[in-house]
Order: sequence, then structure tokens, then C-alpha cells
Amino acid sequence: MSAQQLMRPSAPRRWYADPARLALLALLVSAALCFLLPLYVMSLTSFKSMEEIRNTSLFALPPQLSFAAWQAAWSSACTGVACEGISAGFWNSVLIVIPSTLIAVGLGALNGYALAFWRLRGAGSLFAVLMIGAFLPIQVMMLPLVRLLAPLHLVGTLTGIIIVHVIFSMPVMTLIFRNYYAALPRELFLAARLDGAGFLYAFLRLMLPMSLPMLAVAAIMQATGVWNDYLLGLVFAGREHLPMTVQLNNLVNTTTGTREYNVDMAATLLTALVPLLIYALAGRWFVRGIAAGSLKA
Amino acid sequence: MNTRRIDRGLRRAHLALVPMALVALVCYLGATLWSLRISLSSSRSFPVSDFVGLAQYRRLFSNERWLHSLGNLATYGLLFVAACLVIGWLLAILIEREVRIGGALRLVFLYPYAMSFVATGLVWQWMLNPGLGIQEAVRRWGFSEFRFDWLVDQDHALYTIVIATVWQASGLVMTILLAGMRGIDADIWRAARIDAVPAWRLHLWVIAPMLAAPFATATLLLLTGVAKLYDAVVAMTQGGPGTASEVPTKFIMDHLFGRANIALASAGAAVLVLSALIVMMPLFYARARSNRRNA
Amino acid sequence: MTTPYVRIDHVSKRYGDTVAVNNVSLDINKGEIFCLLGGSGCGKTTLLRMLAGFETPSSGALYIDGQNLADIPPYERPVNMMFQSYALFPHMSVEANISFGLEQERITRPEIKRRVAEILDIVKLGDYAKRKPHQLSGGQRQRVALARALVKRPKLLLLDEPLGALDRKLREHTQFELISIQEKLGVTFVVVTHDQEEAMTLASRVGVMNRGEIVQVGTPRDIYEFPATRFVADFIGSVNLFDGKLSEDEPEFVRVGCPQLPAPVYIDHGMSAPPGADCWVAIRPEKIELGRTAPAGPDNWAHGVVQGIAYLGDMSVYLIRLDSGREVRVTQANRTRKPEEQFKWDESVYLCWDAGSPVVGMG
Repeated sequence: MSAQQLMRPSAPRRWYADPARLALLALLVSAALCFLLPLYVMSLTSFKSMEEIRNTSLFALPPQLSFAAWQAAWSSACTGVACEGISAGFWNSVLIVIPSTLIAVGLGALNGYALAFWRLRGAGSLFAVLMIGAFLPIQVMMLPLVRLLAPLHLVGTLTGIIIVHVIFSMPVMTLIFRNYYAALPRELFLAARLDGAGFLYAFLRLMLPMSLPMLAVAAIMQATGVWNDYLLGLVFAGREHLPMTVQLNNLVNTTTGTREYNVDMAATLLTALVPLLIYALAGRWFVRGIAAGSLKA
Repeated sequence: MNTRRIDRGLRRAHLALVPMALVALVCYLGATLWSLRISLSSSRSFPVSDFVGLAQYRRLFSNERWLHSLGNLATYGLLFVAACLVIGWLLAILIEREVRIGGALRLVFLYPYAMSFVATGLVWQWMLNPGLGIQEAVRRWGFSEFRFDWLVDQDHALYTIVIATVWQASGLVMTILLAGMRGIDADIWRAARIDAVPAWRLHLWVIAPMLAAPFATATLLLLTGVAKLYDAVVAMTQGGPGTASEVPTKFIMDHLFGRANIALASAGAAVLVLSALIVMMPLFYARARSNRRNA
Repeated sequence: MTTPYVRIDHVSKRYGDTVAVNNVSLDINKGEIFCLLGGSGCGKTTLLRMLAGFETPSSGALYIDGQNLADIPPYERPVNMMFQSYALFPHMSVEANISFGLEQERITRPEIKRRVAEILDIVKLGDYAKRKPHQLSGGQRQRVALARALVKRPKLLLLDEPLGALDRKLREHTQFELISIQEKLGVTFVVVTHDQEEAMTLASRVGVMNRGEIVQVGTPRDIYEFPATRFVADFIGSVNLFDGKLSEDEPEFVRVGCPQLPAPVYIDHGMSAPPGADCWVAIRPEKIELGRTAPAGPDNWAHGVVQGIAYLGDMSVYLIRLDSGREVRVTQANRTRKPEEQFKWDESVYLCWDAGSPVVGMG
């Protein structure tokens, strides 16, 4: 091939004419199908009756769509002692996610702002401790935390689980905001200071409004993470406030008698619905959040 | 003589960081140290303030279940990280080349990450159910001798957890590597084209080394997931059959609450933390160095 | 003598082993535009930051209107700053940007509106109050930054390379506007720049800095016509510098012998230095006359061949190689269109200048 031909941007060749490209596309599509398989199976199973499940293959389409399993999962399946379905867990999760997201994101932004713009002695080492702690398994801190919160009557309460979520999400939240603010031109901050803005004023009137996209990203990450949490909810939420994930596990793995797989799958889908929905609607920002948060620690 | 006028803003900044200080010092540092202290005592259901030296650690390492769980974690960790990195990398390459279709499919590979570990474990538990899942489905297609009952097989139960969690996390690795690839100077791709370098060569010998930082980040995140592995095991196999898929975190949790031996559990936690730190420190360091070089 | 409005008193700034500002003392008068001129790394920006309060001096003190600035944080100083990048708040309108600083103080809403309208009028942006920064041109953004910095009527305004981001035509126009705004408001300006043209046009006085020290302070004319050191002579405008030895030193004149010139240089003012001392002579290109006939006097002439010509429209620049081999730059206004007045390549010419033109110095 002449150099000139190499220099020209490659003309789009028909995809079916190019064997290499065809192979790549086939690979990509089959990988996608593999990844979609569980979702497909989950949905199918939830619409079948137990008869159909026992008699047909995993991948077979249900002869008719039955919503009975969904209804049972939501309002009548047994999650441990009570048999009221997983709906209670849904509302518990909502009550847990919303405050912890608001507080964690707000604190993270405040911390990130303070760390990025104000030279505070000792803040660097404090931040390092926070970051290292983020990588440690929660089990290390579980018992001491229980012992700390018990005398404050916070174990098994809604407030307690919210506080715990804020504690454990602080490192990541602080990190992504600190990196974001550090990348903004420092002169904006200096100009505001020269104009007389104090600590809070500069934050509320200048930095916070400027970080709206980051706030959205952080909120998505936090909401999804808290919704999907199992361990903290198990230990700190108390029986009246068990989040959906804990109830789901109880529903599936602690049933006596025959297992109702369709109800199990319906319940799993119901639990996964909220984060999947967030992901479907705001997926782009979800991706941005992952890339931003993890790439620049 | 000038009296030092304290900057009001600075004072407020210090105040604003008090929650962070509390969390870092009391919750993270304090809790870890407290846990360590308990591991040096003989506490059972309640903390006791005696001092037994390393007795709990000795008990720990003569405990079959603990040792087995450590071995499981090591095996799992290796397989999980390797599989995620390779699959994530291949997916990133494929998507990078096929920009249009790849862009649409990107969300397909990433959606598992939006699902909780519990949901992931439960779905795969269902799919790998020997009587009603994949094994049965393939048999119905005519392969009557097909076996895929790893879930209930002592020797293979651990691998089912690998499958489930790799499905969940590969998309994350793919995203991180893709972002890294996008950051590579466009001229390198063009230079390769002019030099007629075959794609696999380019990716293996040129691009992958340039992605050292994203690879390190991804590995770090994956390793964090390994150390914290709990939800998926509880949902999928409950550590069984027997102790075939037992993991350290489950051992610790069981002893903290069910078996009421918090000193032993704390000792286990300390060992886990130490190994986590040992494995992750070099990665931390490598990333910090590469960041400084690029800054 | 009135006390200076801004006083910089033996100020130094050290970063570890490097000295960014070395024992600088300066007095700036009220209502003047003072310019700190120097290349990168000369310490001018560090000095500016110390005035703003973003850095503290390692030694020395700063005073504004008699008040010692030590330990006073930036926002409590009667100082404001216009940044090179303008630093406009992107999510706020022009109005909001300007009123930001006023909202800190206890001023009523109507009063704030009035002051904002007033300053917008002065910078001639009255119609743009509701626009956002990204909807403005570069020149307009600069005026917003200026308005924001001036609305609180600071005693001192610091400007960091104010004209750097503007294109040539806009720069000229803005220079004069800046001066007229400053005169109207009577605010003292301190401008930091590396661009001499900016300094010469804007400033009532210039302080030339090199390597953390003030090398010369004076009006633009003083700096240009009577540079104190070789560095200043070379830094400002273009110049022809010759090394030489003092041959005669009298109260009314000085004679210097330069090896690269065929005749001695006669300067019509005295200098106190021993005969035989090493010195330098600076002659500006516009002060040299070209001619085809040999000049009359025994001093202040040279002879060479035209090596290069640059026709710039309003003037021409000639590069002359002297008989000694040295190259000299001469500029001549193109006052007429007569071809005889132009010189051609390789033409043999005589150069001369009068006794008041050269500057001699020893540093």
C-alpha cells in the first residue's frame, strides 16, 4: 500500500465484507449476550408458575405471563418472622437512602472544599488515615462501632444506620470532591476571598453551584451504594428498619419447605429495580463517577 | 507589637473538618486499634480487659475453618482479579475498535455493577442450580450427560462465586481501562496504522504498558472487593457446601455474633487487615509514583 | 515631602534556599499608576501577592495609607486585585459577579443596585448587566473583572498582566480606557507586567525588577532615556550597547573610547569616575542619523555598510555593519517618499549622533 493510501482515513468498509471486523463484532455481540443472560433468566423465571419452572428449561419462554410471583414477592412472601413480602424493605431502603445520600454528599463536598482550598495543618495526614481506612474490611470496625453507638441508643435505629452509612462513605465522597475542586482554577476562590467572602459564603455561593455535575455524580454513586448495601443494614438497621437487600436474602435463603423460585426471582428483580433504573436513566453520569472517582486517588 | 489576628475563615475551615476528623480518628483509627486490643484478650461474648498475648492468634491458625477460608480467599482472589482484568481489558479493546456499536453495548457490560452483591449471588445461585438451572437446560437440549453442578460440589463451589462476581465487576474494569485508552494520544494510533502494526501487537506491547496507571487502579479496586467479599458468599452458597466456599470475612462475622468469640474474630480481622495492607501497599506506591511522574 | 501612600519597606521573600524578592523598598504615591516591570522570575508577581496578602514577607513590612499590613488577611485589606485570567464566576451574571463583594457588607439592596449600575456605567457595560461571562468577548470580560475589583472602592488595586490576553488593537484602546477610569476614580494602581509597551503606556512611574531586586525606578521617560544600568538599557526598547573606557571626565562632558567605534563618543554631561575606568555606552536606534557624506566633528560618528532593511511603513529599520565588524541598529522615520532619502542594500553610509543622545554608565 502506498504511503498515501495509508494516510487517508480508512474508508468505511461494509462490515459484512471484512472477515476480521465480522469476527470482532460477533465476539462483542456474544459477550453482550452472555452478560445479559442473567437478567433474561431472572425476568423469565419471575413470570412462570412453579409447574412451568419444573417442567421447562431455564431458557424457555413462559407460555403465559403470570404476575402472581411478583404479587407474592411484594406483599405476602415470608422474610424471616413476618410474611408481608418485601415491600416493607423497599420503604425502609428508601428511608435509609435519601437522608444518607443527602448528608454524605453534602459532607463530602464540604470536606473536599476545605481540603482543596484552605491550607490546614494536619489535614493531609487526617485525609490519608481516612483513605487507608476506606480499603480495610468493614469487619475490623464492626464491633467497636456497635460498642460506640450502643450507649447512644443508636443501634437498630434509622438514625443509627444513616450515621453508619455516612461514616463509611466519607472517604470516597471526600476524595472525589477534593479532586474536583483541586482541578478548578484557584483564582476564582482568591477573587471571592478578596471580595470579602468567608469560608461558608464562598462555599455556598460559589463552589457548590459550580459543582452541580459532580454533586449529581456523587449522589448517584452514593444512592446506588447505600441501596445495595447488605452488611451494614444487617448489623445496624434493627428489625423494624431492615433494608430491602437483607429482606431479600432472608426471603430466598431462609425459607422452610419448598422454595418458590419464581417468587425469589421476582423479589430479586424488585430489589435490583431501583439501582438499575437509576443506572438506565443516569448511566452516563454513573460511568463518569466511576472513572473520576477511581482514576485520581 | 503585632497581635496575630486569626483568620476567621481559617477557623471555620477547621470547624468544618471536625466531622471528618472524628470519623477518621475515632471510627477508623480508634476502632481498628480497639479491635486489635480485643484480639489480645480472652473476650468471648463481651469485651474483657485481660491480656493473653498472641494466644488468640495461635488458636486462629490451628483452626481448620480459618485456614481453609484463607486458602479459599487466596484462590478466589487470584482467579477473580485475573479474570476481571483480562475480560475487562478485552472488552475495552473491542469497544474501542467498534466505536458505534461498542458505545451502545457499553451499558450492557456495566449494568451488573449496578446490582447488589446479594442480587448477583441469588441470580447466579438460581442459574447454577443443578436440577433446574443451566445443567438441566443443556440436558434438555439433548446433552444428557452434561454436568454443571459446581454449586453443590465441594471441589468447585468456590468457582461459582468467581463466575458471579467476575460477571459483576468486569464492566468496571472495562470502564476504567476505556477511560485510560481515551486519554492516550491519538497520534499513537495513527503511527501504528502507518507502520502497519497489527492490532493485537499494538495493544499488547504498546497500549497495555501505557495503561499501567488505570490497570493499577483497577487492580486496587478489585483487591478491595476481594478482601471485603461477604455478601455474595452469604447469598450464593452460605459458605457451603460444608466449608467449601468459606471466606475469612464470614468466619469473622460468624464468630462476632453467632459463635460469641469476639477475641478470636478480632484476631481474624487483624490478620485480614494486615494481609490487605501488605498486598495493597506496593500498588498504592506504584500509583502515587506514576501520578507524580505525570503531574 | 508627603508620606507615600503605599510603602514597601525592605521586604524580602525566601522559599527555602531561593530568594524570590530581595530587600525591596519602594514608595508609591496616591493616585498614581505604578508599574512593576520585569521578565519571568524577577519577583514582581511575588511582590504583588504579598501586597494582596496571599503570601507573607519573610522580612520587612508593607504599609498602605500608614496602616501596617502584617497579619491582616487578604479580605480585610483595603486592596483588591484584577487577575490575568479575570476569574469571573461562571454561573453568575455580570451584575451578580460585581455585587458579590458588596453583599458581604451590610448595605441595603437598593444601594447595592445603585453602586453596581454606577460602576457598570464607568466601564461602559451598562447594557450587559444580565449577561453571563461566557456570553461576553474578552475585552468585555476584562471590564467586568475591573468593575468587580473597583466597586468596593479599594485604596489599592493590583493588576496582574491586565492587557496580556487582548489582541493588539484592543490593547491600545484598553490602555487609554484604563487610564481614564483610573483618573476618574482616583484609585492607586499597581500593575505587574513583562510587556514594556504596556508599562510605558500605562504607568506614571515604572519600577524595573531583575532577580528579585529593584534595578531602577522612574517615569517611563527616565527609564528609557536615562537607564541606570546596562540591564535596564538592554531590557527597555532596543539599544546599541558599546563597551568602552573613559578617556576624559570633566564636569560638563565625558569622552569614551570604544574599540568598536572609529571615533570617541562625546557626551555632554559629566560622570564621577576615574579616567581609564571601564564603562558602557548606549545609543538608541532612533537617535542615530544616516548620511552619505562624512560628518564634520571628531567625535560621535561611525561608518559602515547597510546589511539589512526592514520597512515597517511608518519607519524603517536599518541594520548597519560598521567597519569594525560590529552590527548596529538604526531606525528612521519615513518622513518623505523621496527615493534619495532611502538607503539601499550594501550601500556605504556614515552614522552620527549628537552629544546629548548617548548614555554612559558603569553598572
